[in-house]
Formats: sequence, C-alpha cells, structure tokens
Amino acid sequence: MDFNGSDTIPGPRAEDQLPHTAQSAVKIVIVGGFGVGKTTMVGSVSEIKPLTTEETMTQAGIGVDDNYGSASKTATTVAMDFGRIRITDELVLYLFGTPGQERFWFLWNGLFEGALGAVVLVDTRRLEVSFDVMGRLEERGVPFVVAVNSFPDAPRYPLADLRTALDLSEMIPIVECDVRRRASSRDVLMTLMRFLHSLAMTGSLA
Amino acid sequence: MTPPQRQRRTPAQGTPAQPAAPARKEGEGGNPERLYVVAGPDGERADIDLVTLIVARSPDPPPSATPEQAALLRLCVAPLSVAEVSAYLSLPFSVVTVLITELLTAELVQARSPIVRKALPDRSLLEAVMHGLQRL
Repeated sequence: MDFNGSDTIPGPRAEDQLPHTAQSAVKIVIVGGFGVGKTTMVGSVSEIKPLTTEETMTQAGIGVDDNYGSASKTATTVAMDFGRIRITDELVLYLFGTPGQERFWFLWNGLFEGALGAVVLVDTRRLEVSFDVMGRLEERGVPFVVAVNSFPDAPRYPLADLRTALDLSEMIPIVECDVRRRASSRDVLMTLMRFLHSLAMTGSLA
Repeated sequence: MTPPQRQRRTPAQGTPAQPAAPARKEGEGGNPERLYVVAGPDGERADIDLVTLIVARSPDPPPSATPEQAALLRLCVAPLSVAEVSAYLSLPFSVVTVLITELLTAELVQARSPIVRKALPDRSLLEAVMHGLQRL
C-alpha cells in the first residue's frame, strides 16, 4: 500500500466509529475446520462489515519436495476474519473466526489466552476435523461451547450422541444453530456467555 | 449411523489451566490504562493485543511522522482496535505492533488494554456482555 496518498486510506465509516468513551475490549474466538461457517457466523452478528487481519509466517520448507540441502523457505499468509459488537459506551466485543490449524494461532499474540471463551463450530459431515481444535482448547484451559452448524445435507445425530462422540462432559453446552441467521448466531454466543457465567458462579472449569 | 469418536484432553501438565492476569506495576493502582513495555534498543515490541484499543493523542500527525505512522494516527482519531488498524492499513499484525510501539514511545497514541480472561471471571463483565448481546 502506498501510504504517501494516505488521505485515501479507508477507515471506519463515521457511524462505525467507536465513541471516545470506549475504554476496553473483550474477545471471543470462533474455531472450527475450513468451511464450517466461522466467517458466516462472524458476519451475521457483527455490527460492522467483517474485516480481515493478516499475518505472514515464514517457515523452512519440509517434507517430500526437499531438494537435498537447498534451503527452501515458504512464506504463508494467514488471514483471520473478525467482527465487532458494541456492548456499552465503554465496552466493545470482538469476534474472531480463527484458522483451524493450531500452528497459526501463535501468529496473533494472545489470541486465545485473553479470550473470554470459544465457540467450536462443527459440521456433522466432517465431525473429526473439530477433534484436534477441541483438544487444543482443553489443553490450554480455554472454556468453550459446541455449536453444530446445521447444513441441509449433513447427517443429523441426536445431540446426546454427538456429546458422546465428542467426549464432552455433561456441563459443556452443545447446541444446534444456523450461522446464517443473526438470532441463531447470537443465541450461540449467549449460550457461551451463560456457560462462562455459571463457571464464574461455581468458580471452576472442571 | 454412528459419528466418529473423539477423546477429551486435559490441561497440559505444568501449564496453568488459566492464564495469569497481566502483572500490574507499582503505583498503577486501579488506573485502567496499563503501562506498556515500550520498545527497547533491541526493537522489543510493546505488549499489544489484537483488541488493544488505540487512540491518537492529536488528530494531526507531526511532520516527523512517517507515512505509515501518519496513516495510523489519522485512522485512530476515535478508538480503534489493533486488529482493525491492521485490516484498514492492510498490514500484518506484527508490522502494526511495531508501528504502535514507535507511536507509544513518541507519546503520539494512547493504548487501552483489553480485559482478559482471569482464573475467576468477572461476573458483572459477563452480565454486561449478555445484556449487550440481547440487544442485537
């Protein structure tokens, strides 16, 4: 980007500007495999047009195409969509639709560590792609709820069967949703918030 | 038809299940504006989160500002998260944190740090977020 013509740099629309009283922000992360609907969910509840932040990762080339000693390096650009909801004049909520592969998470400092919690979005056609991400959240002690995005052609399982298949404890909420609908996505976030609230009341994550 | 089966994991041994709250420095008291570790001679980055809110101290960039710095200052006339700055400037997060570190050092911007998850979450904060979501 040419910053010398910086008068033309796009910024938020006037109506999208945060008030000067905005003191702090909180974040919720939405995780799941590729194509599961993370971006759609961010877009359906965000009050601003979803934006994309990028990070570049340089890694040594590994694996089958190694040319015997020639140092092959590849730069990977990883993108993450996010949206925003103004909670009060002082508080703002950001929603991040994070890349499924954990190796990309460290690119954004504190992405998970500081988050209030996470929504794991699953697609019953490819349930297993969410297994690793759930394990990673458990290892990091990040509280999460599971939302099953109902694709029309996806196999439908009773939620109790999904709970067993996903090896979720009874206390972890699992809900069905249609992330294209704002009310449905909002309900998923409310489920997460109520779960976090119950954790705060009992003072445990166990 | 039976779905595939997962096995749950537990927090890694030796790793705290909950991140510690960011350390507060002496004399900081209840001031919501956190003091930042600004760039040292080795180019160390300030402790900047994706949702740290950045506000320019003055709407007019000083003549000494680089084009990138000036663009960032113009963007941050109202509070804006680092993630949004990265998106609008089409710059990677890491580059934006370097720019912000420079601007914090030069006292041209103010950073308002996010509220992070604590071992015991703040119930009133969670309730405020719930009320906000209900209005959607």
